Amino acid sequence: MHRLIIAAAAALTVLGGAASAQESIKIGYIDPLSGGGASVGEGGLKTFQYLADELNAKGGILGHKVEIVPLDNKTNPQESLVQAQKAVDAGIHYITQGNGSSVGAALEDFVTKNNSRNPGKEVLYFNYAAVDPSMTNEKCSYWHFRWDANSDIKMEALTNYMKDQASIKKVYLINMDYSFGQSVRTAARKMLGEKRPDIQVVGDELHPMLKVTDFSPYIAKIKASGADTVVTGNWGQDFALLLKAAADAGLKVNWYTYYAGGAGGPTAIKQTGLENQVFQISEGVPNSGNKAAMDFEKDFRAKTGISVWYPRAVNEMRMFKAAAEKANSIDPVKVAAALEGMKFEVFDGGDGFMRKDDHQFFQPIYISSFGSLTDKAKEPFDEENTGWGWHIVSKIDTDKTMLPTTCNMKRP
Amino acid sequence: MAELIVISTLNGVLFGMLLFLLSSGLTVIFSMMGVLNFAHASFYMLGAFFGFQLTRWIGFWPALVIAPLLVGVVGMGVERYGLRNTHKHGHVAELLLTFGLAFAIEEIVSMIWGKSPVDYRVPAALDFPAFTIFSTNYPAYKIFMLVVSVVIFIALLVTLKRTRVGLIVQAALTHPSMVGHLGHNVGRVFMLVFGVGSALAGLAGVIAGPSLVTQSDMAALLGPILFVVIVFGGLGSLPGAFIASLLIGLIQTFAVALNGSLASVFGPLDPSLGASPLTDIWNVTIAQIAPILPYLLLVLVLIFRPMGLLGTRES
Repeated sequence: MHRLIIAAAAALTVLGGAASAQESIKIGYIDPLSGGGASVGEGGLKTFQYLADELNAKGGILGHKVEIVPLDNKTNPQESLVQAQKAVDAGIHYITQGNGSSVGAALEDFVTKNNSRNPGKEVLYFNYAAVDPSMTNEKCSYWHFRWDANSDIKMEALTNYMKDQASIKKVYLINMDYSFGQSVRTAARKMLGEKRPDIQVVGDELHPMLKVTDFSPYIAKIKASGADTVVTGNWGQDFALLLKAAADAGLKVNWYTYYAGGAGGPTAIKQTGLENQVFQISEGVPNSGNKAAMDFEKDFRAKTGISVWYPRAVNEMRMFKAAAEKANSIDPVKVAAALEGMKFEVFDGGDGFMRKDDHQFFQPIYISSFGSLTDKAKEPFDEENTGWGWHIVSKIDTDKTMLPTTCNMKRP
Repeated sequence: MAELIVISTLNGVLFGMLLFLLSSGLTVIFSMMGVLNFAHASFYMLGAFFGFQLTRWIGFWPALVIAPLLVGVVGMGVERYGLRNTHKHGHVAELLLTFGLAFAIEEIVSMIWGKSPVDYRVPAALDFPAFTIFSTNYPAYKIFMLVVSVVIFIALLVTLKRTRVGLIVQAALTHPSMVGHLGHNVGRVFMLVFGVGSALAGLAGVIAGPSLVTQSDMAALLGPILFVVIVFGGLGSLPGAFIASLLIGLIQTFAVALNGSLASVFGPLDPSLGASPLTDIWNVTIAQIAPILPYLLLVLVLIFRPMGLLGTRES
């Protein structure tokens, strides 16, 4: 009898062990799936689900299946904390988020507190797009990793390009009224002032975030200011609707943007007819010329119906796998240690690395312009069926993107 | 500068007329039935989604007529089978009914059409610049919206002031029981008014949908402003709602166009004071506070003139 019980207990232990080896790794995707940010949030979700499928097709991470758990935060920091707690309660150890630095800052604070209060139940926050510089400077956290270049890095590169464009005389800044928009305007004013003191900033606008449905009053103002160039960090519908209003009013200016390629953006740009006058700064473009990336792009488009707008998400997921394999564990504490300082060949080619000092990922970044595609063999990908696509006009190598950090990292 | 003024005026009047299409129904329903209809903006959203769907199936022009009628039918149904039954339990029950209805409609809409914006486009026949002033194009569709709203406004005015139906409605506004004693079916008048009010909101939705964004939170975005309009204009007053709509449309548009701040009037603060909440307040521009201006107005009106601009009674 005793033997039987022992045998049964042993069998159960073995079964239990086998089950846990196959337990899936859940990644909580906390981003807007409703409200003004929904169009970008849904694109991101499709991207992560595709990436999870890609990993699972190759055996997952250390034999564990990867599963994306969508959690709608309505682009609202409070709602995000509720969703993050929900994720923690469901035993999720990895969360990823991108849309809105206001949300990002709240989540960063959340994981820091959660991890110090609940040792053994750590949660890592993988940030693929919240680019407020403070998140890797004064507010930095050991549990947060950012794959997107922060706003200052992007503005540094963008202004380096702008300073050589002699035609720029009058610049208008229009941004969303929250931490990220404010950091864009501050950085733009400072950097343009240093590099091209002759450029006049004729307008500096902050508008409510994801609430404006008709931008024509703002466009009228830009027009009246006599600006020849607009710099904006707007994303999602705030970019698409801004450009739609510009197209309606026939505003002819150059646009220097962070996120022109987001859902609805390319369609609106085509409407304005501003060929090669809208620039975007990003860590990759569909027509990059990198074979592996372009094959990926082709398959991704066929399966999801959208273009790869988050090469950084690809880097994030692939690096997650590499870090887990390096640590030989899916324990978040060990994965975090493995990610620190990790070098990685990025999606569009070239070296990137996760800086240990602040957990900011550095990678080559590109400035591209949007216009008709001349050489279909070299540039096969257009956007949103407009017939127009992104051309690279400038590439900034990893070492040229390095900015110092004020982060004073507290390690566990 | 002249350019900014002309364009802003056009945009402001247009937004104001759109607000009027919505608030006219709301204010009449309120004064007649004593119900502040929280679901009114939801009828606007229904109009936009019906318009979008019907445009896909049968084209924009038929949709322009059919979608508001459908919304009107839905509105009449709500009055007949919802409000009339809760009426005996008092205004609070009616208020709660419309409140719940607003949420229910939002959820149903996002269940059917999803939560992200739908691709509701300006019809090709109207997709061109109507005219160019100071090198700025003004889209023909916006002129079309303006014309539709003005036509509806005139039709409404004529109906209320010059027809028998209008006479009964006006009488029922102030003396519903007297109208009932005179042999009119007040219940049916209520139902028709509710239906017409909803249909007007639906029409606003159909024409605003392609120009603004058609998505499941559009009711929540516009709803609060409507209450400002009817309180500001005076509850139950159509001319009041008209003036208030235009005024709020213009205020919102012009506030965006203005850059003034305390700093620009009184000069910047001494930099030695450093960054503080005071510097934020000092530097905030009128454009930045544009979205809260209508609500500020609401508070001021309620304090200093509770009956509103042209209202005749309080509450």
